[in-house]
Amino acid sequence: MSPIRSPEGTPASPGGVNRTGKASPAAAVKDAALAALVAFGLFAMMVGLRTEIGPEGALVLRQRWGDVAILCLLVFLGRLVLSLWLGRRRIAASTAPGRWTARLQQAGRLFAPAMLAVALTLPAITQGDRYLLDLGILVLTYVMLGWGLNIVVGLAGLLDLGYVAFYGIGAYAYALLATEFGFSFWLGLPVAGILAAFWGVLLGFPVLRLRGDYLAIVTLAFGEIIRVVLLNWVSLTGGPDGISGIPRPSFFGLPFTMSGGEGSFAGTFGLEPSPSHRVIFLYYLILGLALLTNWVTIRLRRQPLGRAWEALREDEIACRALGINVTITKLSAFAIGAMFGGFAGAFFATRQAFISPESFTFIESAIILAIVVLGGLGSQVGVAIAALVMIGGFEIFRDLGEYRMLVFGGAMVVIMVLRPRGLVGTRTPSIALGQKRAISGELVGEGHG
Amino acid sequence: MAYALQQLINGISLGMIYGLIAVGYTMVYGIIGMINFAHGDVFMVGAFIALITALLLTAGGVLAGPAGILVMLLAAMAVTALYGWTAERVAYRPLRGSFRLAPLITAIGLSIVLQNFVQVSQGARPKPTGTLLPGGWEVMRQDGFVVQFAYTQMLIIGITLAVLAVFTVLVTRTPLGRAMRACEQDRKMAALLGIDTDRTISLTFVIGAALAAVAGTMYLLRYGVIDFYIGFLAGVKAFTAAVLGGIGSLPGAVLGGLLIGLIETFWSAYFSVQYKDVAAFSILVLTLIFLPTGLLGRQEVEKV
Repeated sequence: MSPIRSPEGTPASPGGVNRTGKASPAAAVKDAALAALVAFGLFAMMVGLRTEIGPEGALVLRQRWGDVAILCLLVFLGRLVLSLWLGRRRIAASTAPGRWTARLQQAGRLFAPAMLAVALTLPAITQGDRYLLDLGILVLTYVMLGWGLNIVVGLAGLLDLGYVAFYGIGAYAYALLATEFGFSFWLGLPVAGILAAFWGVLLGFPVLRLRGDYLAIVTLAFGEIIRVVLLNWVSLTGGPDGISGIPRPSFFGLPFTMSGGEGSFAGTFGLEPSPSHRVIFLYYLILGLALLTNWVTIRLRRQPLGRAWEALREDEIACRALGINVTITKLSAFAIGAMFGGFAGAFFATRQAFISPESFTFIESAIILAIVVLGGLGSQVGVAIAALVMIGGFEIFRDLGEYRMLVFGGAMVVIMVLRPRGLVGTRTPSIALGQKRAISGELVGEGHG
Repeated sequence: MAYALQQLINGISLGMIYGLIAVGYTMVYGIIGMINFAHGDVFMVGAFIALITALLLTAGGVLAGPAGILVMLLAAMAVTALYGWTAERVAYRPLRGSFRLAPLITAIGLSIVLQNFVQVSQGARPKPTGTLLPGGWEVMRQDGFVVQFAYTQMLIIGITLAVLAVFTVLVTRTPLGRAMRACEQDRKMAALLGIDTDRTISLTFVIGAALAAVAGTMYLLRYGVIDFYIGFLAGVKAFTAAVLGGIGSLPGAVLGGLLIGLIETFWSAYFSVQYKDVAAFSILVLTLIFLPTGLLGRQEVEKV
């Protein structure tokens, strides 16, 4: 943190916090005016002058000074409020778990079962409301992806920015198996998972020696390579057109048809045929898959492999010194994380019945990683909450239209700045000597991650 | 032969653009050890500011030759530098000293914000400008194939070299450069010795953004069409360049940029255009496996 103004008169920015904690009104106004000036500099050209294609096909500028004035005024007021109101209570970005976290941890014991109960009864609560169930499926897909990535990033501490590649591999594997070879969903699902795990190992090998940010950028490159190949290998993947007509899942062999005849789901159980049957089935399917991911993670954390992951996350050199096989540990994390990504991909393919490379862009990886980090790296409940907040919030702001991604990105920044350790912000190893305690940011910031 | 020469010229001019962006990555990585993920989008903002300035100049009827391009360059550098400064202040400084992933996530968030801010404020459609600086110098002619060294390419190479020369002097000869190198070596010690580290880091972002703005302006002049999404791919490739050259090393960033530009151009010319990105990324993966510190990087010492 720096003083509010450096000697050269660099103005304080919006969002910075006055170190002295107290701001006299005059200073606050001056400070806010400077922030507004910076905002004017930022917005004058970008917002004030909009480039548009004119009648003759050439670019012309349209002036919008009113919008600039409004934005500057907003920044001025926002900064004023921040320094007058929040400036008193000095909000430093704390890396230690706060009051809120401790309380949340206490509530966590009740909270997780409560969330599970709501998740299990959601179709009954919503009474088959299509929109809410679809939203539930979407959130659960991201919960599952978050939990899958959590194994790689949260437990093993390997920063993976290309997780969406495995999601895509799973989706394409199932789609191709189902459309070309007539695999059923229940046969295609494990195969898609195994294929994704195989690719996880394949990616894992070259990056065994890398760590931290290098690993991040290589996994990002890998994700992009997969996407480019999906986009250009037209004879196999259909290129930008994707694959359509992927078979929908059946209820263990009983298809969901609207006729309700013999051999269909509704006919066999003597129900009125309804399109919501399939949605409810898909909902429970993804809930089951997500819970499977969670269960495997929790079980693995108690076994030598999971312990080795956590040890690797905390200190790779110490791990080697203790004789843990780092190669096997890293590759298994990549493989198992990728496998769950592949499962989620197969589910995505069967739910959408259509996939294209559009669905597997870097932004998806970023969203999943954001969910894991906001969830507090390694916390299962935290990831679920983060997925609910991010994806649910994204849906709530549907009316914002094109501003939605802007708000989404802004929320990522703001949440991270206010709660850098995630929403549930502790990282306690499953096993530790002596007293259970949270690890502070100072201890984990040494570059193992 | 003539074809290869043309590709060489194209590759070098493209590589210079990557190199300029890569310098921003490598500087920030060197000084605070984070990937400034939003840097590619800062480059995109620079290109847009240059475009708007060019349109303003045209509307005023004064866009003519070198003076107009100089004004574009200066305006883009100034405004983009302000973006870089604000980004650091809002998204990175509060997280200084936090754990390692936190600034990476805000950087990704900031990248989303910048992309969508430009999409909302300037529209999602690509902006074609046409050629602002047509023509070129005919190098040679062989079997009806003309090798042309376009004026824009000369401009790119010339300006990049000039900017890099100024920048090198700045880093090696001035008090600010000394402070930057001190912060890079040991930030805590530098602070104890009276260097305003916050200010130094801010200025690093400002300089990085200004260099990205130069790259953005060059991109606009050379390719004549920009949209809000150009920053992502350019950013990733520039980072690849920085890693290839050895992250933290400034000459390495330029060298890496040139290599990536050349590889990409020759790959598109002789193999396939669709897979040019795959070629660039494969180089990245191969470098890191066989040469983890890059071409000019220092060996990092593993400490417990």
